[in-house]
Amino acid sequence: MEAIIQTEDLSISFGGHVAVDSVSITIPSKKFTSIIGPNGAGKTTFFNLLSGQLSPTKGSIFYKEEEITKLSTTERTRLGIGRSFQITNVFPNLTVLENVRLAVQSQKKVRYNMIAHFRHFKQFEQKSYEILEKVFLLEKADSKAVNLAHGEKRKLEIAMLLALETELLLLDEPTAGMSLEEVPAIIDVIKQLKQEDDRTIVLIEHKMDMIMDLSDEVLVLFHGELLAKGKPEEIVQNETVQSAYLGGMYDEKQLT
Amino acid sequence: MDLVFSLLINGLATGMLIFLLAAGLTLIFGLMDVLNFAHGGLFIWGAYTGVWFYQMSDSFLLAIMVSIITGLLLGLITEKLIVRPVYGNHIQQILITLGFMLVLQELIKVVFGPDQKAVFPPGWLQGSFMVGDIVIIKYRLFIIVLGFLVFFLIFFILKRTRIGLIVRAGVIDKEMIQSLGINIRFVFMLVFMVGAAMAALSGMLHAPYSGVIYAEMGLEFSILAFIVVVIGGMGSFTGSLFAALLVGLAQAFMAYYFPALSLAVNMLLMATVLIFRPQGLFRVKG
Repeated sequence: MEAIIQTEDLSISFGGHVAVDSVSITIPSKKFTSIIGPNGAGKTTFFNLLSGQLSPTKGSIFYKEEEITKLSTTERTRLGIGRSFQITNVFPNLTVLENVRLAVQSQKKVRYNMIAHFRHFKQFEQKSYEILEKVFLLEKADSKAVNLAHGEKRKLEIAMLLALETELLLLDEPTAGMSLEEVPAIIDVIKQLKQEDDRTIVLIEHKMDMIMDLSDEVLVLFHGELLAKGKPEEIVQNETVQSAYLGGMYDEKQLT
Repeated sequence: MDLVFSLLINGLATGMLIFLLAAGLTLIFGLMDVLNFAHGGLFIWGAYTGVWFYQMSDSFLLAIMVSIITGLLLGLITEKLIVRPVYGNHIQQILITLGFMLVLQELIKVVFGPDQKAVFPPGWLQGSFMVGDIVIIKYRLFIIVLGFLVFFLIFFILKRTRIGLIVRAGVIDKEMIQSLGINIRFVFMLVFMVGAAMAALSGMLHAPYSGVIYAEMGLEFSILAFIVVVIGGMGSFTGSLFAALLVGLAQAFMAYYFPALSLAVNMLLMATVLIFRPQGLFRVKG
């Protein structure tokens, strides 16, 4: 099994609080991995470390066996790490189409040719329309992103991530804050991504049925530490994980 | 009627010059949160180098090109040496750019001498013509037309090109644009250079308009530009055009009808906007 991301002893602390504590994991290439854990377990912080928004206090990160610990977010995106955010992150005053076009044109293949924009402009727009179709947002292409419903914004965000054509997608709670009716549409989009098989997806989620349905492997974070990893069915059976979610572990940790 | 019209032309011409200065300022602020108080220095250097070339070569259009090139180069130097080391720190930015502004201003006196210089429009732009019974001064019309051309050129670039989209998105959220893998620093350098070139162009066009150039005019004029940036909405390119024309017109009409208020009118405009729409007339940031 080939690894796309590997962390060694990865830690970050804010003041005295250790948010991610010596996490060493391997994320297999071309698989669907989910990260779960109670609120405040350090899941998003872990993503921030992988994507470069934060730099670790100690430990290292490898992407395809090359160390990327010191690289900036921009450089990591160029290598092929794309991420979505828990808080919706689109450009509100641009249209939906422009949001996607921005991502299309910042792909590795076309990026270094800033001047030749006129020739490619139609191509970019075409590509953007195709991606919008994939995430079922085509009819909203000319609306400003600020006017979209929350679920549509999340779809747009995924569309932008798709447009980047990164090998690795880090999805941070794509269904957060969504109404129940909106969730199935996002799951459809993610399923479709999963089928495009040269892609690795890492998902942070709370909805267990979604995790069970999609994941090849599940990692459990708790108090910044890696508590368990395994196939989804194993994780559900795992007693430590169960007690962590029920709060038992919390007391134990307080006592020691 | 002809009086109102000539005040209108006057106000629009002044407004255009302020726009050229303010547009760069607003994009620089919007994109990188940099307060560039040295912008007025680029204005005077554009004016002096342009005028120097104009008097030497007698070609006004070439002189405009020279001032634009001065602006580009000076913008490059300012961004690399002065602004880049102080990203993210507003207090340092204010101190160092204001200091650099003074350096640029004093260097003008060293290079071109401390005295005021008289400048006249080229022959083909001197005088006026009549439309009905309205007198239109050629040079003012020239400024207005050129200003609109620059506006539409940049507007087109912002709307219809890749780099334009990056700039517009960067103004809204620069962290996010970096997570798309775009090197915002490089884009910002380009924007800074273009902004500086517009400031220099503004200075050059201003020279024959006011008829005289002097080193302190950069600072005086850039205060107007800052007012315009606030009124128009920080980071809004279109907003800076509207606000600049508004300020230009207000000044022209006030100077005629209520001369006592003509100096205060811009401040009053800004205060009014800040009370009712603190984000400026055109809001850009999400």
